Amino acid sequence: MTDLAALSSFLVAAVGLAVPLALAALGETVSERSGVINIGLEGSVIWGALGGALGALAMGPYAGLAAGAVAGGLAALAFAAFAVRLGTDQIITGTAVTIGSLGFTGAVFQSRFGATGLALELQTVPAWEVPLLSRIPVLGPAFFEQAVTAYLAYAMVPLLGWFLFRTRWGLALRAAGESPEAAHAAGVPVVGTRMLAAVLGGAMAGLAGAHLSLVHTGTFAENMSAGKGFIAIAVVVLGRWRPWGVFAAALFFGGAEALQFTLQALDADLPYPLFLALPYVLSLAALAGWFGRSRAPEGLALPWPR
Amino acid sequence: MTPRPLALARLRPELMATITAAAAVLATLAVAAALLALGGHSPGDAFAALARGAFGTWDRFVSFTLVRATPLLLTGLAVAFAFRARVWNIGAEGQLHAGALAGVAVALALPGAGALLVLPVTLLAAAAAGALWASVPAAMKTGMGVGEVITTLLMNFVALFLAQFLVQGPLREARGVFNQTDEIPAAAHLPALLPDTRLHLGFLLGVMIAVGLWLYLARTPGGFRLRAAGASARAAEVSGRFSVTPVIWLSFLVSGAIAGLAGWIQIAGVTHRMYEGLSPGWGYTAIAVALLARLHPLAVVVTAIVFGALSAGGGAMQREAGVPEVWVRGIEALVILAVLTADRIVQGMARRAAHGGAPRRQRSGEAGTAPGGAGVQ
Repeated sequence: MTDLAALSSFLVAAVGLAVPLALAALGETVSERSGVINIGLEGSVIWGALGGALGALAMGPYAGLAAGAVAGGLAALAFAAFAVRLGTDQIITGTAVTIGSLGFTGAVFQSRFGATGLALELQTVPAWEVPLLSRIPVLGPAFFEQAVTAYLAYAMVPLLGWFLFRTRWGLALRAAGESPEAAHAAGVPVVGTRMLAAVLGGAMAGLAGAHLSLVHTGTFAENMSAGKGFIAIAVVVLGRWRPWGVFAAALFFGGAEALQFTLQALDADLPYPLFLALPYVLSLAALAGWFGRSRAPEGLALPWPR
Repeated sequence: MTPRPLALARLRPELMATITAAAAVLATLAVAAALLALGGHSPGDAFAALARGAFGTWDRFVSFTLVRATPLLLTGLAVAFAFRARVWNIGAEGQLHAGALAGVAVALALPGAGALLVLPVTLLAAAAAGALWASVPAAMKTGMGVGEVITTLLMNFVALFLAQFLVQGPLREARGVFNQTDEIPAAAHLPALLPDTRLHLGFLLGVMIAVGLWLYLARTPGGFRLRAAGASARAAEVSGRFSVTPVIWLSFLVSGAIAGLAGWIQIAGVTHRMYEGLSPGWGYTAIAVALLARLHPLAVVVTAIVFGALSAGGGAMQREAGVPEVWVRGIEALVILAVLTADRIVQGMARRAAHGGAPRRQRSGEAGTAPGGAGVQ
C-alpha cells in the first residue's frame, strides 16, 4: 500500500512537472516544423511567468494564464521580427532573447515589487477533478486531478497532430520548414507562416511559464523558468517532432525530475543528478538514430529569403 | 557573422567591421538609455555608476573588470574560433564545466606535487576534457550529419548534471557540509599577474591564446582552409582542394579545449574549488562577446573586457544609482541584437550595390555567404 501511495504521488509530481514542458515543447514543435528553432523559448517562458503573475494580481488566476500566453507570444514576436522578418541568425537571436528576457523580467519585477525580493503570494489556479476518470486507481489522480493547463496540454496533442498532418495549413507550414524554396514556389507565404508559427510557439511557452507561477508555485521569482525553455527544445528532439512523441517525451523528462524528489523523500542514497541527465543522453541517442530514423526539418534554422 | 562587407564602398573589411560594431554599441546605449528612462531611472546616473564600478580605480579595473573578463575572454575565443568555420558550437558552457571538473579532479589527485608539475598537467587535463566534450557533437556532425546546434546544447545539460553529481558525491568536500569540492592545493593556484591585485595568470593565458588563434587564422594554410570552409563549405569541397571534415573536427576540438580551459582557469585563479553553479552562463554570454568582436580573436580581448566591465559595474550601478543589476543582462542582449541588425543593414546595402536592387530575392549561389543559416541538420 505504501508502495502504491509512493507510486501515485510520484506520478502526480511527474505529470505536474511534465505539463509546462509539454506545453512549451508542443509550441516549439509547431515553430520548428515551420523552420524556426527558437532558442529564445526560455525568454517566452519567463515572460509568461511574469505576465501570468501580473495578470493574476490584476484580474485573477485565469486571466493570469491568458496574460502569460500573451506575454510569451510577444517575446516570440520580438524574436521572430529579427530572426524571421529581418533574417538574422536564429540561434544567436534566440540566445539574445533569452538573455535579455531573464534580465528585463527581473528589472520589471524589481521595479514593481522592490529589490529585496518581497515574497509574492498569488492566488493559484485550482485543480479540476474530472468525474469518473479521476477515480482510476493510481493514474486517475495523476492525469485527471490537474489544473486547466494540463487539460490544455492534453487537448493540444491530437489537435496539433490533426493540424500539422491533416490540414492544408499544416502542410504549408511543414513545407516552409522542409523546403522554403519549394513552399515559396507553391505560393506559401514563408515569412508570414514562420512568424505565426513562432508566435504560437511562444504563446504556448508563455502558458507554460504562467503554469509555473500560477499552478506550480503561486509566486514569481527571477529566473524561475530555470531552463524549462531549453529543456523543451530537447523534449522536441526526443519526441521526434511529432505531437504524440513530444507529449510522451515531456512525461519522461517530467518523470526524471519527479524521481529526484521521490528519491529525496525516501532518503534513498541514489545519484539523482544522473537520472536528471538521462533524458538528455537519450535525446542525443535519438538524434544518433538509436530509436529509428529521426531528423529535424530540412530547412530548420535556415534563413528565408537567403 | 564574419566581417563581410563585400563591395561596399571598397572599405577594408576590418574597418567596416569596426564601424558596424561601434555603431551597434552606440545604438545599444541609446536604446538602453531610453529603456532606463522608461523604467524611471536616470540613464546618466546609471551609466556613470557603471563606469565608476568598472573603471573608477586601478583596482576596480584590474581586480574586477579584468578578472570578470577572463572567463568571457576564453569562452569568447572558443565560440569565435568555431563560428569562423561555421561550426555553431553553443556548447561552450558544457565544455567549460567538463574542463573545470577535469582540472579539479587532477589537482586534488596530486596533493603533494609542485606548481611546475601541477599547473601544466591540470591545464592540459582541462583542455583535453573540453575537447572530449566537444568531440561528441563533432562525431555526430561529421559521421551522421546531425547538426551541432541541438547536440552541443544537449551536451551542456549533461555536463551540468555530471558536475552536480560529482560535487554531491565522488568529489564532495571531506567535511561534507556543502555541495562543493575540497580546496585545491596551493600549488595548483594560478599565480597573481600583478602585485596587490586579484588578477591572475589566466588573463595573460587568454591574451596569448588570442594572439595564437589570430596568427593561425591569418598566417597559416590551415587557418586559410578553416576560413575558406567557413565562407563556403560547398565551394571548398567542390574545388577539390581539401576536405572540410578535418577542418570541422579541428574547430570543434580547439574550441572545446579553450572553453575547457576557461572553467579550470576560473577555479585555479579565483574560486579555488568547484561547486554547483560555477558559471552564470559565460558559455552563452560568450556568443555576444564573439559576435561583437566580429569573430576576430584579437578583438575578442577588447569585447571580453567590455562585457567584464558590464559585469563589474553592474553591482555599482545597483548600489549607487539604484538600478537593478539585472539590467546588465538586458544590455547584453541589446548588444547582440544591434550587431545582428547592423550586419543585415550592411549586407543589404552591399547586395544592392552588387546586384542593383531586389535584395530580398533568393540567390542560391550566395548560400555560403548568407548570414546565419546555422542549419540544424
